[in-house]
Amino acid sequence: MKKVLFLLVLVSVLLVTGLFAKTTITYWQYFYQTKKDTINELIKEFEKENPDIKVVHETFPYADFGTKVASSIPIGKGPDIIALYYGWLPSYVGADYLIPLPEEYFPDEYIDENFFSFVKPGVTYEGNAYALPTAVRALALFYNKKLFEDAGLDPDNPPATLDELLDYAQKLSKYDNKGNLIQEGLGVQPNNQGHHWFREILVRQFGGTPYSDDGYEVTYDSPEGHAAFEWYTELTTKYNVGFPNFVTDDRTAFNAQKSAMLVDGSFAIGNFLKNKALDWGVTTIPSKDGIEANFASFWCHGITKNVLSDPAKEEAAAKFLKFITSPSAMKLWLENVGELPANPELAAEYNDDPIYGPFLQGLSYANSTFFVDETAQRNVIVDAFDRVYLEGEAPDVSIDEAAEIEQAVLDEFYGK
Amino acid sequence: MKLRKKRIVTAYAFLTIPMIFFIVVRFWPMIYSFWMSFTDWNLLSNAQKNFVGLANYQHIFTNETFIKSLCNTFAYVLVGVPITIILSLFIAILLNRIIKAQGLFRLIYLMPYITPIVAVSWVWRWIYQPLPTGILNNLLVSMGFEAQGFLNSTTQALISVVITTVWMNLGYCVVIFLAGLQTIPQNLIEAAKIDGANRRQSAMKITIPLLNPIVLFMIVMQSISFLRIFTQVYNMSSQGTGGPLNSTKTIVLYIYQKAFVDYDMGIASSASVVLFAIIMIITFLQFKFVKKDVGY
Amino acid sequence: MLKSDKRINIIIYIFLGILAFFMIFPFLWMVLSSFKPSWEIFQMNIFPQSPTFDNYSYVLEYSNMGRWFLNSLIVAGASTLSVLFFDSLIGYVLAKFEFPGKKLIFALIMSTLMIPTEMLVIPWYVMVDNFGWADSYWSIMFPGMITGFGIFLLKQFITTVPNDLLDAARIDGVTEFGIYWKIVLPLVKPALATLAIFNFIGNWNAFLWPLIVTSSSSLYTMPVGLAFFSSENVTQWEIVMTGATISTIPLIIFFLIFQKQIIKGIARSGIKG
Repeated sequence: MKKVLFLLVLVSVLLVTGLFAKTTITYWQYFYQTKKDTINELIKEFEKENPDIKVVHETFPYADFGTKVASSIPIGKGPDIIALYYGWLPSYVGADYLIPLPEEYFPDEYIDENFFSFVKPGVTYEGNAYALPTAVRALALFYNKKLFEDAGLDPDNPPATLDELLDYAQKLSKYDNKGNLIQEGLGVQPNNQGHHWFREILVRQFGGTPYSDDGYEVTYDSPEGHAAFEWYTELTTKYNVGFPNFVTDDRTAFNAQKSAMLVDGSFAIGNFLKNKALDWGVTTIPSKDGIEANFASFWCHGITKNVLSDPAKEEAAAKFLKFITSPSAMKLWLENVGELPANPELAAEYNDDPIYGPFLQGLSYANSTFFVDETAQRNVIVDAFDRVYLEGEAPDVSIDEAAEIEQAVLDEFYGK
Repeated sequence: MKLRKKRIVTAYAFLTIPMIFFIVVRFWPMIYSFWMSFTDWNLLSNAQKNFVGLANYQHIFTNETFIKSLCNTFAYVLVGVPITIILSLFIAILLNRIIKAQGLFRLIYLMPYITPIVAVSWVWRWIYQPLPTGILNNLLVSMGFEAQGFLNSTTQALISVVITTVWMNLGYCVVIFLAGLQTIPQNLIEAAKIDGANRRQSAMKITIPLLNPIVLFMIVMQSISFLRIFTQVYNMSSQGTGGPLNSTKTIVLYIYQKAFVDYDMGIASSASVVLFAIIMIITFLQFKFVKKDVGY
Repeated sequence: MLKSDKRINIIIYIFLGILAFFMIFPFLWMVLSSFKPSWEIFQMNIFPQSPTFDNYSYVLEYSNMGRWFLNSLIVAGASTLSVLFFDSLIGYVLAKFEFPGKKLIFALIMSTLMIPTEMLVIPWYVMVDNFGWADSYWSIMFPGMITGFGIFLLKQFITTVPNDLLDAARIDGVTEFGIYWKIVLPLVKPALATLAIFNFIGNWNAFLWPLIVTSSSSLYTMPVGLAFFSSENVTQWEIVMTGATISTIPLIIFFLIFQKQIIKGIARSGIKG
């Protein structure tokens, strides 16, 4: 009798604890104050809606985020949901680190309906979608109104074409009596957004394409690509309106009012808003011969293989991912962090916004590169620029060499 | 005999914990990474560790970037070690001649050595910036010289990092040489003076030879430290790439990037085995040379 | 003769003075920049025109500086104590005992000086996980509990302790550990001071391993915490310089307090090493 009673108690205790046991999931992103705060706010709300789920949120220094992720893998710890740059996706998926988004939470039409059209190809790998963004990014031209006035330019009339851009940049550049540049007309920093500007925008505006349609071939080693790269490198080598690492980097230079114009992403807005001394405006990326182009990118959130050990975890992770990529989360993200929502309908509300407008306009005709190895592909362009700038190589020779190296990166990835 | 045996047992007893420590914390990981250097281990996918033979070694020795890093690393040693040793020896000799404020100078020279390398690298990166914000370039231009590229130049970047490293290590070497000089019996130098030797002669004939063992020891230690140079290179180049155009990249930075940026632990392991071998050979040769030459 | 000596001395002082300025200028720039408001940071004046503590209050507000400082102190302090004990014990055994395998053990210990840390961190991390050490001070400091450098240094010193002294103690019935503790250790105090200082500085500045092994910000050490001020966006030099100053000042204070021992210690390491 006693034994039966004991068993009964045991079973009921197990049942009760089983029912009320919380599933704990861990979310990782890199540290940025407003992003951290926003996610914390979202977690609070999420946990209220899902009392059986607890979300642990951990952040790491931006520069060391990859190191941290990589070292967590051999021990199978680390996050259940992770923020990653979309360009890292192929290497993460290729190594089976991410799992496909669960179909029942994220059917195809859900992604088609709720996200910009460039998102899906960016997160899809061999037919499966692996991650989703809260916010998206595009490029635009930032300019310093005060420096415009100082140079006798109309601060309400920023350059609209590449020719105007070069003309303005020359007028805005200042030199000391020995010819050293002391104020940049236009920031030139291939390792920030410069390589994107060249790859996805300038190449197209000069009539070329950066890659073949299937993404397997590098195609900027064309006459059009040569012309685009020549134009880009001549900003430094011929016109000297800016050069890499001037005042640390182009964004820092612009923030310090040492650079008058800057091609940069929407994620820089937050910084410039904080800088009260800076009187700045932003406009769409200058066109050439009527051709508009832009580069869209995003950080997204994926579910890692760590959840596979526990179906409850997988479910909780899917719920959380859906929550932080929902329109309400996007709205909060925009208000707190200042990044554009990944939902086109929501984004449309800001089309006429003086700050967000130019980026959103850009998004409508933007491409996003399918990176297989973002770091390597960035460095290919950075090195090509440096060979021209520091070693005097001809732009066409240098960019052909870059294409060859990048092709090898693609070939290795696609297993050719 | 009994006492001898007892002492052997005592020695082993004292060594047990430390030896377990070294086996677990140093040798096991070392053997592990040696083994990993023959696999295609991708850090992101822990499961995949296929044996690939010598493919990783073949890869790095035909890889332009690795060869460049290897050459750069030797350049750091060949440029950095002599500058550090000669300059610090010279300063130590000068310091040894003065009486007032010797301690103060020694203290000031030693300050960089105790400062976090990361902090120091940031400051130096600023110092080396181009106009209008670079401190050194502002100074050069105000004195009528041309502005220089420093870290933005493929020819000057490596030497710029070397100068920063010399600046960091100088005080440490000065203090050691100074102490060495102060142990040289003064009467030897007095005797030389009486014999009519001038200052240069007494330096060449007495001071330098007596300092030899210390100099050689310092060469060994500085060589190891320059062979493992990483933090300042990582923090002084744009985005930590070891640029421009890999002109400052070292083997350790190559290893770091392969491991934690490309997640290619197989390649990273084989590069670190190569580095280990190089350090060992150089250290072995130097010790051998030291022993033979001065009976150290 | 005397006159030329004086002239040479003046030249030496001028040279050493210029060099001292060269050595100290980067610190000066770092510290003074940390008091500049952001709009002033790129004006090339040395002294801040409108000095401010804003950068410090910013860094303190957006960080857990007090905690990180404490963590660094605990990690560096505890591992230094361990290093002093074990390294001197091993140094004593290697210097004063004869036993089979001694040469091999010494060679193996020396070889640990040549392994790049970058290759060890992943296996260490696997170990931390297997032993369940995650999220503890122990996990940060265990790899540095015994060091090859310290053993090498102390072995060289202990070799110079006269054997007669140790034998006399043995005859008096002192245990081997007692000899080490009561006779050897007091005799090599200066070497211990050197090692303590090197080791403390090394641990205080360690970055890669603490970064990998810590997850919660309450366990960060100073260098890991300061890395949070690197960002995807603008490089705020005034904040960077403030962080650098904050991480340097404790070491400078430590150095000023112990400068006599440090200089004595470093000097010895060179001569005996």
